[in-house]
Amino acid sequence: MDFLTAHGADLLFYVFAALALAGAIGVVTLRNPMYGAISLLVTFLSVAALFLLRQAEFLGVVQIFVYGGGIMVLFLFVIMLVNLHRLPEVNLFGGQTPAAAVLAVALLLFFGYFFTRVHFDPVLAPPSALSGAGGNPQAVALSLYQEQLLPFEIASVFLLIAMVGAVVLGRRR
Amino acid sequence: MFAVTTTHYLVLSFLLFTLGVFGVAARKNMITVLMSIELVLNSVNINLIAFSYQLSDLTGQVFSIFTITVAAGEAAVGLGILIALFRLRETTILDQATELKG
Repeated sequence: MDFLTAHGADLLFYVFAALALAGAIGVVTLRNPMYGAISLLVTFLSVAALFLLRQAEFLGVVQIFVYGGGIMVLFLFVIMLVNLHRLPEVNLFGGQTPAAAVLAVALLLFFGYFFTRVHFDPVLAPPSALSGAGGNPQAVALSLYQEQLLPFEIASVFLLIAMVGAVVLGRRR
Repeated sequence: MFAVTTTHYLVLSFLLFTLGVFGVAARKNMITVLMSIELVLNSVNINLIAFSYQLSDLTGQVFSIFTITVAAGEAAVGLGILIALFRLRETTILDQATELKG
């Protein structure tokens, strides 16, 4: 029991990291895109839990709403709309798969080399700047509406453009 | 070694990134390619959140909100393109999208 209270957060990290990786492997390897989408949902929810473990409570909830809710519904809607039962995917991976594998292994070696050299000190006390006086959502909101106001407005214009673009692309001619 | 540090988060994020890049480059089905792009964007968010915690700086969290915004826009436009492709060619296999081939 003492072990759990001392290392509970660490154990949760390993559990959710394993779930996130398993979901990601499922996305890349599963044949049926519907199973792939559900696998992606597992990754999204695990990443949301990892956000909570790093004092990003607001981001964890946004991750569940936007990814687990919005984007996942978009994917499932499109998968059902295109009705893939009539489209047997003979070969899962395209002809460029060897090149992609080489690229992935090169990335693994390149970044793995750096990970053997970097060292971060463990954060002993939870950082106070992330929660502030009124909790994490208030701190994020204050930063978003005061320091980052211009990027926020640009993001809203970007969303408008994306919405109009999606409507135009999906329109029947 | 057991205690979780920022390096653990970076390694996880990097593995998700590599899987996403492999999925984008190797898979034939456009739906799976779009889902792999979401994996890549999510791994970026993990990095931002981990460094935000390590440096006790809120900017990483605020920046990842913008990443999520871009991911939402990308998903909407990408799936719109997918539906347009499906209407045109009755397929979601990228190798069969050869309209521009002479």
